[in-house]
Amino acid sequence: MNQNKQHSFGRLVRYLFSHYKFQLIVTLICIVISSFSSSIATIFIQRLIDECITPGVNQGFEAIAGKFTSILLTMGFIYICGTIASIIYNQIMAIVTQGTLRNLRNDMFDKMQTLPVKYFDTHIHGDIMSTYTNDTDAIRQLIGQSLPTLFQSALTITVMFLTMLYYSIWLTLVVMIVIFLMLKITKKLGSITAAFMIQQQKSLAKEEGFIEEMMQGQKVVKVFCHEEENKEAFKKLNEQLFNDGEKANQNGNVLMTILGNVGNLMYVLLAVIGGLMVYLKAPNICLTGVSIVSIGIIVSFLGMSRQLSQTIGQASMQVSMIAMGLAGATRVFELMDEQPEEDHGYVTLVNVKKDAEGNLIETKESTEMWAWKHPHQDGTVTLTELTGDVRLEDVDFGYVPEKLVLNDVSLFAKPGQKIAFVGATGAGKTTITNLINRFYDISEGKIRYDGINISKIKKPALRSSLGVVLQDVNLFTGSVMDNIRYGRLDATDEECIAAAKLANADDFITRLPDGYETILTGNGSSLSQGQRQLISIARAAVADPPAMILDEATSSIDTRTEALVQAGMDNLMKGRTVFVIAHRLSTVKNSDAIMVLDHGKIMERGSHESLIEQKGTYYQLYTGAFELE
Amino acid sequence: MIKTLMKSIREYKRASILTPIYITLEIILECLLPLVMANLIDKMTGSSLTPIIRYGVILIIMAMLSLFFGYMSGRIGATASCGFAKNLRQDVFYKIQGFSFADIDKFSTSSLVTRMTTDVTNVQNAYQMIIRIAVRTPLMLIFSVIISLTISVKMSLIFLIMIPVVAAALFSIVFIVFPIFKRIFEKYDAMNNSVQENIQGIRVVKSFVREDYEQENFHKSAADVCKEFTKAERIIALNNPILMFCISLAIFLVCFIGAKTIINSGATELTTGQLSSLINYGVQILSSLMMLSMVFVICSMATESANRICEVLNHESTLTSPENGVTEVKNGSIQFENVSFKYSDKSKKPALMNINLDIKSGQTIGILGGTGSSKTSLIQLISRLYDVTEGKVSVSGIDVRNYDLESLRDEVAVVLQKNVLFSGTIKENLRWGKKDASDEELVRVCKLAQADEFIEQFPEKYDTYIEQGGTNVSGGQKQRLCIARALLKKPKILILDDSTSAVDTKTDAMIRKALREEIPDTTKIIIAQRTSSLEDADQIIVMDGGRITEQGTHEELLAYNGIYQEVYQSQTNGKKED
Repeated sequence: MNQNKQHSFGRLVRYLFSHYKFQLIVTLICIVISSFSSSIATIFIQRLIDECITPGVNQGFEAIAGKFTSILLTMGFIYICGTIASIIYNQIMAIVTQGTLRNLRNDMFDKMQTLPVKYFDTHIHGDIMSTYTNDTDAIRQLIGQSLPTLFQSALTITVMFLTMLYYSIWLTLVVMIVIFLMLKITKKLGSITAAFMIQQQKSLAKEEGFIEEMMQGQKVVKVFCHEEENKEAFKKLNEQLFNDGEKANQNGNVLMTILGNVGNLMYVLLAVIGGLMVYLKAPNICLTGVSIVSIGIIVSFLGMSRQLSQTIGQASMQVSMIAMGLAGATRVFELMDEQPEEDHGYVTLVNVKKDAEGNLIETKESTEMWAWKHPHQDGTVTLTELTGDVRLEDVDFGYVPEKLVLNDVSLFAKPGQKIAFVGATGAGKTTITNLINRFYDISEGKIRYDGINISKIKKPALRSSLGVVLQDVNLFTGSVMDNIRYGRLDATDEECIAAAKLANADDFITRLPDGYETILTGNGSSLSQGQRQLISIARAAVADPPAMILDEATSSIDTRTEALVQAGMDNLMKGRTVFVIAHRLSTVKNSDAIMVLDHGKIMERGSHESLIEQKGTYYQLYTGAFELE
Repeated sequence: MIKTLMKSIREYKRASILTPIYITLEIILECLLPLVMANLIDKMTGSSLTPIIRYGVILIIMAMLSLFFGYMSGRIGATASCGFAKNLRQDVFYKIQGFSFADIDKFSTSSLVTRMTTDVTNVQNAYQMIIRIAVRTPLMLIFSVIISLTISVKMSLIFLIMIPVVAAALFSIVFIVFPIFKRIFEKYDAMNNSVQENIQGIRVVKSFVREDYEQENFHKSAADVCKEFTKAERIIALNNPILMFCISLAIFLVCFIGAKTIINSGATELTTGQLSSLINYGVQILSSLMMLSMVFVICSMATESANRICEVLNHESTLTSPENGVTEVKNGSIQFENVSFKYSDKSKKPALMNINLDIKSGQTIGILGGTGSSKTSLIQLISRLYDVTEGKVSVSGIDVRNYDLESLRDEVAVVLQKNVLFSGTIKENLRWGKKDASDEELVRVCKLAQADEFIEQFPEKYDTYIEQGGTNVSGGQKQRLCIARALLKKPKILILDDSTSAVDTKTDAMIRKALREEIPDTTKIIIAQRTSSLEDADQIIVMDGGRITEQGTHEELLAYNGIYQEVYQSQTNGKKED
């Protein structure tokens, strides 16, 4: 983990420099100037006291007027330089931080879009989401605050340390001992705090999980009058969270106060020891040689020790933020390093029309005809008409290599046919569609589309040739119209409405408060499951695809409406290939061929009538003697 | 708002009051330190050791005391804020447990979760801030000013003049930036929301080959968020330099005027030690202004969270159990008299209109209707999950509003359409119906619901762990478990809201048969899509657009040329052809 973090740190720094090299160099210079200016000020206070005030009290103002002016002018100049440098680097960092976050977000999103569906199936969505929110936020803290603060603190500490040595080695020794103590405390308390913090996070996650589950099932809780038991369970979790949170916070709070007050102690110690040295006229060893401790030196030391303990306090605040930021960066880079979906296809999909002799000619206009454009090695290009002939030949597939979901499946869909898959949950129905549009790649066998092996077809081409309506409907934030238009971005309003009518959705959409302009949020949460399915069918209809997969597309629609939707879809897809997956047999009854799947194998195939005649599994399903799960 | 939140402090009142007291003591000591120090410095003439030792001891005692008070305030402050958050979370959770269906609809599940998690955390942080830093900083400011005044009124004027200037600068930054931030957070949320939708809908994005389109959209909103954020951050970035400049200016002026004063007065009006403490106090005064503006920002941000929490806490549930309600439900007869129902006052169209219905105890009622025909709305009125808008619903002759709510719901078991199993074993889930049910009872109801068979096939049988949301059992299994859970209540009225849709027709028939034979006295209301599920009901109701359009037995409705006949024919066509 540590090595990982170091690695992420280096990579993050490189990432920063690759985009903002010039700005960052300016920033570094400005930070040096600004911390130099704030630490050097103490030197001038000492000089002012020792060189002007002390002699001035005895000799009168005129005697030291020249010196006085020059010291003050230099001091003012340094302060102004420091302020300007500070303005510059703060402004640049604001720009760099936000710009870097934007770049990171864009890179992550672009990468995410290229990842295979498998990635999304095998990662918890909340975790992916949190790289965009929590992790990016942690990085913002790291770049915008922690890194500059840390750099500045390090500089300030070094400069002050040198200044101290310049004045007095004895007093510096005192400071060093106290600082060593402070670091020890920070480390000890810091690690205790961190441990409790983790414990607190765990309890929090547990409690939040409970809250989420119960809020989702709140209606069931009501129906069963389970409120009191719920309160009890909650109370226990809440008490645990309180205990862990209390400990974590106590240690965190105490750390700050202890550091602050150890600083105070150091302050006092310095004054007392300094006083003693003045009294004893103890020889003071410093970088410039041996001298006598002056009051000016003690005053400066006091100032410096205050600033030093404050700087350390500030830096210690950053420790946990840095750890969090680096952990965030590690996760962000992990996402960026994921393997993208591979696409070695070269066959593309084009619109075509037929010339007088019946040859296919590629065209830009939208015709009702499509063809596969197949470039060959010798430079020639052939056009194969898209007819929707899909064949699976001895296909084996498993989501994990050890467990085959499909075993030696062969099937064919003739152009224009409506093919249905029926089978229990886990029989492999949805898997077949996942394979046809290459969300997953098969392990053995071949899938041919109009005679072309689908691994030769470019994925975008393959997928746009297949309209898909999935069981779990996903709608996007935006108007109903936008959601339907998602199927084909250049569709006119009229075309979208026509598609909605075809999907039998027009009726309920026009009754929504703003009709087609009603804004849907939260995956269309204001609509019923059935209504969402109707919109999703309309979305596929407006795409007007050459072939279509309907995966439990009408499962939440009542049978009467379903019949109407089906009539509309049959009309649209006349002469095109359609795959239907359904649980409800009324959905698949009028298909040309029905495949009954069980445990990844095709058990029966045929039309509704022929399957009934066979009196096999389908017949049992149909007469209700058998259950689908 | 504050009053509502204060109620959650309760047993942590003492800690909440002690924290600022300890902090005050710590600060007094911390502020006096430089003052005593000034005396020490002035006594460092090298002539005597006594004052150095005397002041030294005083100083060390002061520093130790300050450490002690700081330590105590840190500990107690954590207890106070964590305790407050604990109570607040509990209050919100308890409050929600008392919510009716209508209340839950109003707030929505996800917003309730946010209120209990993120919002409470925000308020907790602000609370800790208030009892610690919001006490500390102003005190620091006041004490520092007072002590500066005692040292030298003339020199303190420098600070007194600068305070309003610095405060004005820092606070105007806050006031300029705050509204920008509010606007940004909306855009930021929208951007993250679109990421979320892309993750969830990745199959849709990929099927429609919309990767480029989504990327373009995202880049636009990311650029937009970046632009706005940079604008705000650049204004905030002025904070530090402004403060730094002011501190520098203050030190410069104090040195300039101070040095002159010392020299001209021959160290009578002001001493070197005092000068050094003045510099310290100046830094302290100006830095506390910075802290103050930060506290202000955090508290303003927490205000919204606090408002959202208070909305829940102050929400008066629309549906409460009557005092001294009837606790005994005599039988399972149900009457609807001229019932109309709207989900909210704002809805234009009522969900139910003029419903009249008379169900005798022990009858089986079937309900059929299309999507959105308000079947579910109808049955939810019986166990008073919602209240009627007009008319009256009675169970065993008594208006449901007169029953003690818990007694009523114990006798009216509803198997909801959107049903939920909770994480835990099958046994634990079933016992939601009856806490102290014996294992034999569990098996009996599972047999009735035709669930026993598949449960026995699980390796762990009744101790099989159900994942959150019941993802590790199939839809049909889940439905049967939910029915079993409801049966365990031994209700007088059992309502199945499309509860066997994923169960095959044969099992469905077996469940109905078991219900008919084993609990004959229970009134059964079955909502279903399949006419085969309804055929043997005593009475079938067909609903359309919130009204009852057909009512009668299977045979009567078949003879009537209506929806029922149409649905029946569409579902049985195939069979007749055989």
